[in-house]
Amino acid sequence: MKAIFDEASAIAVTLTVNGTTSALRVPPLRRLLDVLREDLSLTGTKEGCGEGECGACTVIVDGRAELACMVPVCQVDGAVVRTVESTELESLQNAFLAEGGAQCGICTPGMIVMARAWLAECESAGVAPTVDGAREALAGNLCRCTGYEKILASVMRAAGVKT
Amino acid sequence: MQAHVGGRVERPEGRAKVTGKSVYIADLKVEGAWLGGTVRSDVARGTLRGFDFAPEFDRTRVVIVTPTDIPGENVQALIVDDQPILAAERIEHWGEPLLLVAAPDARTLEAALAAIRPRIDPLPPVLDMELSKHAQKQITIEKGDVDAAIRAAKKNGHIVLEGTYHTDSQEQLYIEPQGCVAFPPDKDGTIVVKGSLQCPHYVRKALVRCFGVTPGQARVVQMETGGGFGGKEEYPSVVACHAALLARAARRPVSMIYDRHEDLAVTPKRHPARVRHKTVVDKHGRLIAMDIDVLLDGGAYTTLSPVVLSRGCIHAAGPYRCENTRIRGRVVATNHVPYGAFRGFGAPQTCFAIERMMDRVARATGIHPFALRHKNMLRVGDSTATGQILKDSVGSAEVLAAVAEKTGIDKHGWCAPRDARAGKARGLGLSFFYHGAGFTGSGEEMLKGRVRIDVLADGRVEVLAGSTEIGQGTNALFLAITAESLGCETADVVVATPDTAHVPDSGPTVASRTCMVVGGCLTKACRELAARVGGDVKRPWRERAREFAQRGGDGQVTVQYSSPKDVVWDDDTYTGDAYPVFGWAADVAEIEVDLVTLEVEVKRFSTAVDVGKAIQPALVEGQIEGGSLQAVGWAHLEVVTTRAGKFEQDRLATCIIPTTLDAPKFDVMLVEIPYAHGPFGAKGVGELPMDGGAPAVVAAIEDAIGVHLTRVPATPERIMEALESASQARKQ
Ligand code: FES
Ligand code: FES
Repeated sequence: MKAIFDEASAIAVTLTVNGTTSALRVPPLRRLLDVLREDLSLTGTKEGCGEGECGACTVIVDGRAELACMVPVCQVDGAVVRTVESTELESLQNAFLAEGGAQCGICTPGMIVMARAWLAECESAGVAPTVDGAREALAGNLCRCTGYEKILASVMRAAGVKT
Repeated sequence: MQAHVGGRVERPEGRAKVTGKSVYIADLKVEGAWLGGTVRSDVARGTLRGFDFAPEFDRTRVVIVTPTDIPGENVQALIVDDQPILAAERIEHWGEPLLLVAAPDARTLEAALAAIRPRIDPLPPVLDMELSKHAQKQITIEKGDVDAAIRAAKKNGHIVLEGTYHTDSQEQLYIEPQGCVAFPPDKDGTIVVKGSLQCPHYVRKALVRCFGVTPGQARVVQMETGGGFGGKEEYPSVVACHAALLARAARRPVSMIYDRHEDLAVTPKRHPARVRHKTVVDKHGRLIAMDIDVLLDGGAYTTLSPVVLSRGCIHAAGPYRCENTRIRGRVVATNHVPYGAFRGFGAPQTCFAIERMMDRVARATGIHPFALRHKNMLRVGDSTATGQILKDSVGSAEVLAAVAEKTGIDKHGWCAPRDARAGKARGLGLSFFYHGAGFTGSGEEMLKGRVRIDVLADGRVEVLAGSTEIGQGTNALFLAITAESLGCETADVVVATPDTAHVPDSGPTVASRTCMVVGGCLTKACRELAARVGGDVKRPWRERAREFAQRGGDGQVTVQYSSPKDVVWDDDTYTGDAYPVFGWAADVAEIEVDLVTLEVEVKRFSTAVDVGKAIQPALVEGQIEGGSLQAVGWAHLEVVTTRAGKFEQDRLATCIIPTTLDAPKFDVMLVEIPYAHGPFGAKGVGELPMDGGAPAVVAAIEDAIGVHLTRVPATPERIMEALESASQARKQ
């Protein structure tokens, strides 16, 4: 459920989303998810549950994967946010197309963003991405269509690992 | 030119999906739209006496709709007219819609919903299906003489086995919740509804009754849809009628999008079932007689339950030869939230029961479960429980051979003592099953599904169908079929948005019928169009089609489905060709049971599936993997229970579905035994993978720890109970 807050108490917030910086006046407890979807019209980030259980709303905040439905915007003032609309996700996006990792597509933005965060983590830790690692990393992102097989294959393809 | 059929066509909507540009209903920006909400019953049964409004509540800030505001009939049109759009007096289930509210913003809506309290005199509900006296539908399928076979069993040295099997409900859990946006009637009285839905023409039918308008005055448009699995077959009509009533009253667009909690609490789920088997076999394991009794909980209203019962019963004897078969089925009314369509449609329930019984037969006769199935499997020329003689495209032997080769299940030592030192026990379990493609019996004849293709001015071809893309790949499938049939490129084909104002009624996107039935019509339409356009086939299609259009050629072809002539069905006796053809499959689940926690982990899942022809192999695999995981989830971890008629798992925190960590590694083997009347030999695949997962997993648990479970989901608690009662029984 969308939390409801008094518009009158709006505060000034700055967000850099996919490279574009916006200054906004929003209620401090407004969910980052609503700020992205409604104030910034970036509807690629999805809401599957609104309670932190499905992962459909995953975005990258200052390099870390976060559930945008659980983050009040006041906590991320000044943050750099990346969403599925980012142009830097092309290799994952292409891999999902090539492997059939997206069926109905509603979980896909969250999956792609989560996979991006995980691959970046692997890289900075200097560890090679593995399928088991991908299973762990994506365990908070629910998909009801694919059985995950082709999602894992997509992520491994983007990682350049043969499965 | 590359082959489109059997090759790889990119989903035309895929790029938008992976870049976040697709527009699902919640993404639609509608200027000036209000938000709609529902006041619901908080008891399972009762009489509505009226509403109390909190004193501080300002009614002028919202719009309210009650049954008297319904311009047409207060009927949720489906099969039987027993379900109201809003309950006027009689309340039959928890969460039943009583009154609707629209408000300019979420805050006002929340306040209004909190301020309106229904006054209800509760009545005692019926919550146990065994105690219900009201059958929504009964069916008997009979072949041979079951009673005589049972009577003669002793004399003939036959074994008689009895078993009772239960399957619990299951939530579809599409990741995108239900939602619609409705626009107020325009000056011609036309209502427009856009939404997340599987069957636009079902929604239109519901709006026509609700508003008392003509079909032309109710326009339904499908948005990109985030999963359905049956869950968006009938329920979107409810949301659409509610949103449209509010839009009419508010004279502005109204958006009604359920949050996850509301969706889980009030939308239909899989029918709980109890299936009894009495089976007679000879000592060689040959099935002599099967007496099967199926009971389903339909919930408070009839919705689609008669059809679910029908499909469940037709599949209840499994893919086995048996001269004496009787299947008696009943779906009864209770005061549960109505149960509804979910992939498999009654068959997963009855398939679980027959497959468990086959494992019992295997133990009782000492015949290996694989050999037992192989011995009794239906082949070409055999007859099913309804007396249908199987004519072609029967992949029974092939799918069994394929899983055996992959997993060695045929040589696997059944329930052999295992080394459990690691604190875990491993097991393998087999299931074998079939699933009818298309509507049952004369359903397709009555439905008369249609498809149209049009040549556009630039020579491209537009496919117009009411079939929806809900993730399974309808769009790519239509591109492949059209491009292959016309000899053009997929770039020469566009698939129209399902919008009832433009596309013909192709019948609902359900029942594993889109590829075989609608795809079949499309193939015929293409053949006709190719003949009309003519010209030298070595020249590009688009050039030829453009010239044809410039010549004023008629580039519009509509094809209506007609069943193959030799398909004959009698609805009164439930005999004959229940389906034009069946898909066949065998599953092997490899599992590990933790001997301390009794948690089950499905490690590997091998499945061989005869789909006739895989028009898009990658899409077919996606369907099989996704469907199989839903079945695996239902087998051991997806719990849905009710208390006082209310679903207990009404948050995603408690309503569990498999994650990546619960998903096995899949081995999908596609077997292609072509079906003469299907497009390029294809038959349906949508539901089939839902049928075999539960019995295969439960058989694997039995293999691992020797406990015969008769109920899914097989949770650790249930496994514990079964172990305890088995050890009690040993002591006595
Ligand atoms: S919408 Fe945020 S986790 Fe589900
Ligand atoms: S593709 Fe539909 S939920 Fe993942």
